[in-house]
Amino acid sequence: MYKYDDYDQRIVDERVAQFKGQTERYLAGELSEEQFLPLRLQNGLYVQRYAPMLRVAVPYGLMSSQQVRKLAHIARTYDKGYAHISTRTNVQFNWPELADVPAILAELAEVQMHAIQTSGNCIRNTTTDQFAGVVPDELVDPRPYCEIIRQWSTFHPEFAFLPRKFKIAVNSHTKEDRVATLLHDIGLKIVHNQEGELGFQVYVGGGLGRTPIVASLVKEFLAEKDLLTYLDAVLRVYNLNGRRDNKYKARIKILVKALGVEAFANLVDEEWQHLKDGPGTLTSEELERIKSHFTAPAYENLSGDDSALQAQMADNKAFSNWYQRNINQHKVSGYAIVTLTLKKIGTPPGDLTDKQLDIVADLADRYSLGEVRSTHEQNLVLADVKKSELFDLWQEAKAAGFATPNLGMITDMICCPGGDFCALANAKSLPVAEALQEKFDNLDYLYDLGEIDLNISGCMNACGHHHIGHIGILGVDKKGAEFYQISLGGQSGPEASIGKILGPSFARDEMPNIIGKILAVFVELRIEGERFIDTYGRIGQSPFKERVYAKAN
Amino acid sequence: MQKLINHTGVLENNWTLVEEIQTELPSGNILVPAPYWLENREALTKRGNVGIWLTSDIELAPFLGLISELPVIAINFPAFANGRGYSLARLVKERSDFKGELRAFGDVLLDQLFFMKRCGFDTYLLKDGLSEQKALDFFATFSDPYQLANDLTDPLFRRKHTAV
Repeated sequence: MYKYDDYDQRIVDERVAQFKGQTERYLAGELSEEQFLPLRLQNGLYVQRYAPMLRVAVPYGLMSSQQVRKLAHIARTYDKGYAHISTRTNVQFNWPELADVPAILAELAEVQMHAIQTSGNCIRNTTTDQFAGVVPDELVDPRPYCEIIRQWSTFHPEFAFLPRKFKIAVNSHTKEDRVATLLHDIGLKIVHNQEGELGFQVYVGGGLGRTPIVASLVKEFLAEKDLLTYLDAVLRVYNLNGRRDNKYKARIKILVKALGVEAFANLVDEEWQHLKDGPGTLTSEELERIKSHFTAPAYENLSGDDSALQAQMADNKAFSNWYQRNINQHKVSGYAIVTLTLKKIGTPPGDLTDKQLDIVADLADRYSLGEVRSTHEQNLVLADVKKSELFDLWQEAKAAGFATPNLGMITDMICCPGGDFCALANAKSLPVAEALQEKFDNLDYLYDLGEIDLNISGCMNACGHHHIGHIGILGVDKKGAEFYQISLGGQSGPEASIGKILGPSFARDEMPNIIGKILAVFVELRIEGERFIDTYGRIGQSPFKERVYAKAN
Repeated sequence: MQKLINHTGVLENNWTLVEEIQTELPSGNILVPAPYWLENREALTKRGNVGIWLTSDIELAPFLGLISELPVIAINFPAFANGRGYSLARLVKERSDFKGELRAFGDVLLDQLFFMKRCGFDTYLLKDGLSEQKALDFFATFSDPYQLANDLTDPLFRRKHTAV
C-alpha cells in the first residue's frame, strides 16, 4: 500500500495544526458557527443528534493492521467503543467530543491517516474495487490512480469550495463493477484503446440523492498521463458553471443534464486544450513511483491442491456455507479473498467494536499480509489468505462475530445510520434492517433466494444507496410519522440503473411482511438460475405491485 | 475599518469601490463594475485611474482580451463558501495579459487566504474586524502543496525532482 514520504507526512501534520487552530478559534468565539461549519465539514466533522460525528478517510478502502489498531484505540479512548464503516469506505466515530478532535487527528497522523475532505463541498474520498490488485480479470491495479487523485485533490486551492460535494470512483475490472462507477460525479473506467495504450473512459454526472442519475460518457479515451489535466478541466467547468442558488440542483449531474452531454463535453474539451500537455501532465517517473507502492507481494508458490479444503467443507456444513458465500477467487493459485461481513443480526450494518477492530488487525497480520480493506457495502476484506488457512481463519472470525455467511444475500444490506444518529434523517433505518435480518434468518431460504441487494436510506440524501438496491427502502416523513417507500429494480454494476418506486409507503412494522410478499412473487415466477434482478427485468413491476397492494378479503 | 493586506504586510487602500454607478463618478482611483467599464471603455480609459470589479457570477469571456492595461481587478466573494472566485482569479491571471493587482474583497476571511493566494490574488480587503497581523500567518498554512496553481507552476511531483 502507499507509504507517505516526507512531503505527504508534512501536509498531514500541517493539517493537524491548522484544524487545531480552527477549533480553538471557534471555541474562543473568534469563528462564528457559520464560518466554522464548512471548515469542520471539510475535516469530516458533523454535529449530529447527540454528539459530533467524525468521519476518518480510508483512501480507496485500504488500511494496514497498524492503522486498524489505531482506529480501535480511538474508538476505545474517545468514543463509546465502536466504529462504523460508511458507504464511502470511510470509518465513522459517533461520539467524540469536539475539543478532543484535534488530539484524535494528531493520533491519526501518526499512522498516516486523516479526515481531510471526508465531507463538505469539495472532492471526497476516491473509491475503487475492494478486490483491486487480487481479483482475476482486472486490467491493471486501479489503486495507483486513486492515490494520484487523492494527492491532486487534497487541498486543491481552486476546488475547495465547489457548488456541492464531488465524488470520484475508479474501476479497472473488465467484467464487473463493484464500485458503482456510473453513480459518481466522475466515474473512471480503465481501458485499453485500439492501439493498446492504457487510459480511461470518463463518465460524468452520475449520482444518487434527490435526483438519481446514471453518469454519461464524456470522453471515450483519455491517456493515462492526461488524467489530472482533464480532471482539472472538468472541475473548473463545474466550479464556473454549476448552480449555487439551490443546493438540491448544485451537483454536476444537474449541470450535465441542463447543458446536454455533448455541450458539456465540448466545454470541458475547450478548457482542457489550455491545460493538456502542460506541467500538470503526469510524468512516467511519478506514475512509476506511485505504482511501485502497489506491486504484488511475494506470494508463495502454493499447489492448487484443494483436497484438504474439500474435506473440511464436507465435514462442516457451516464452514462450507461460509466458503460458498464469503470467499472470492484470488488471481494467485492457492490464495483466496475473504469478506468479513459486518451484518450480524442485532448489530447495525457496518458497525464494529474496538475489540473487533483489534481482532481484525490481528487476523490481517496472521492470515493476510497485514492489510485490511473496507467496502462500500460496509464489510471488511482480507484479500490475501492462503486457502489452507481458511478453516482456521473462519473459526476465529466466527468467534469474533464476523463470519455470518450472507455476503451478497438479502441480509447483507447497505444501511445508513438513519434517524437513530443522523440529524438529516426523516426516519430510522436501523430498526428496519434489524427486523428484516430477524425475519430472514433461515440460511437455506436465503441461499435459495440467491443474490439480492437490499439497501436502506433514512432520507432522500440516499447515503444507504436505496436507488441502486435491487430492493430499495427509503424512509419518509408522513405528517410526522415514519414511513417507508419501496423501489425495485435498481442496480449498481456495469448495467447501472435507478430503481422504480413501487407505490405508496408503509409503516415500519409492515415492512418485513411486505418484503416477504415481494420475495414470494420472485420465488413463484423465477426461471431456473435467475437472480431477483433478472426476474424483475423480465416480468416488470406489475406482479410485485399487485401482490403487495392486493386488498385483503 | 477594513484592512488591506498583501502577502507580507498592511497596505493603504487607495482605491474607492464604486458599487453602483451614480450620476457622477467619484474622483481619484476608482473600481467600477466590469459591465459598466465594458460599455464605457473609451471614456474611462481617457479618465484614467480606473480599475474594475467582478461579481462572483460574471461571465468572464468578453473581458479576457481587453484587460491587459488595467491597474487593478477586484473579485467579489459574496460568501466565503462561494468558491467561483478561485477559478475566476486563475483565468484572469492565466488566460489574459493582465499584469496589474488582483484583489479579493467581500466575505474574505482568514482560513481561505491560503487558497486565494495560490489562485493568484495579490491583495485582500479583509472582512471588517479581522486582525491584519493574524491574517499574515495564514498564507503559510501548508509549506509544499501537491498541486500546481498560480503561485507554483509545477505540481509537487515535478518540484520534488528538481529540488536538491
